[in-house]
Amino acid sequence: MASEEGQQHPLSVYFWIWGLLFVLSFFSYMVDYMNFQGNLRWGLILLFMFLKAGFIIAIFMHMKWERPALKLAILGPPVAILVLIWLMALEGDYIEDTRLEVFGESELEVVAPHH
Amino acid sequence: MSEAVVEAGDANTIVNDFSRDKQVFGVPWGKAMMWIFLLSDTFIFSCFLVGYMSVRISTTDPWPLPSEVFALSFGGDPIPLILIAIMTFILITSSGTMAMAVNMGYRKDRKKTFWLMVATAALGASFVGMQAFEWTKLIMEGVRPWGNPFGAAQFGSSFFMITGFHGLHVSAGVIYLLVVANRVRNGFYERRGGNYEIVEITGLYWHFVDLVWVFIFAFFYLW
Repeated sequence: MASEEGQQHPLSVYFWIWGLLFVLSFFSYMVDYMNFQGNLRWGLILLFMFLKAGFIIAIFMHMKWERPALKLAILGPPVAILVLIWLMALEGDYIEDTRLEVFGESELEVVAPHH
Repeated sequence: MSEAVVEAGDANTIVNDFSRDKQVFGVPWGKAMMWIFLLSDTFIFSCFLVGYMSVRISTTDPWPLPSEVFALSFGGDPIPLILIAIMTFILITSSGTMAMAVNMGYRKDRKKTFWLMVATAALGASFVGMQAFEWTKLIMEGVRPWGNPFGAAQFGSSFFMITGFHGLHVSAGVIYLLVVANRVRNGFYERRGGNYEIVEITGLYWHFVDLVWVFIFAFFYLW
């Protein structure tokens, strides 16, 4: 719980999470580097993303030690975004189908990036 | 006491906090306001990312491969996403130095707090510098908000809008950090009762910028 003195925690907690964030970032980079594809790729990307986000919010931003009222007020509303994601995914699929039906397959000629 | 009773106690705390005639969150007002600002910012970034998702789903053109577009060659074969990986590590490092600064602030170690905040700002500035390099490289290769040679036209507008808005947040954060760091150094907060809560509030903003990058990295660069 937050006291009058503010958030004071041992430094070791921060060092642990710091190290963990490095390892998780390295893993998510490796997902791309090792060229994983399909469900494995999306699953791992989302797993590492949520773990990193969770540790940053809980430990670095001290949410773990805040009162439940603050946790609810801040972490509750973003759940509404899931509805937006669902609606826009449906809409996006529908627009793609319409485009394919009306305009046909893409005839775009793509250039590979050169470095 | 059983687990169920403890959980019921937690729920009571929420109800009590909201219904009692007192401050709800039990934190200084500045911290509560920063959290509410960050909540609104969460919705802005979510709208950008959801917009990016919709255009990427709805386009019939092939989406440019981020792994190839953001590859960088140091003489030899191009290494996929290498600059983005370095930028990610820099931002995480800066989050770590910021967490240390908050801790030192509460210990009223002004010198260490100042230098850790300056280090955080320097890492943030180098992040923005690399982002400027990335933008320059892509613009030179012909990526525009209305089209690019690598695939779907929507790639450019999503990229410039999302990373641009994030970069703007990092730049604002660097300025914010330097202003507060300077006030820590010159004793501004010492004259106001030695309260270093402001370092934690600045830290909340900085960690949020790192947090947004976690989502951009996953959805834009890795997906």
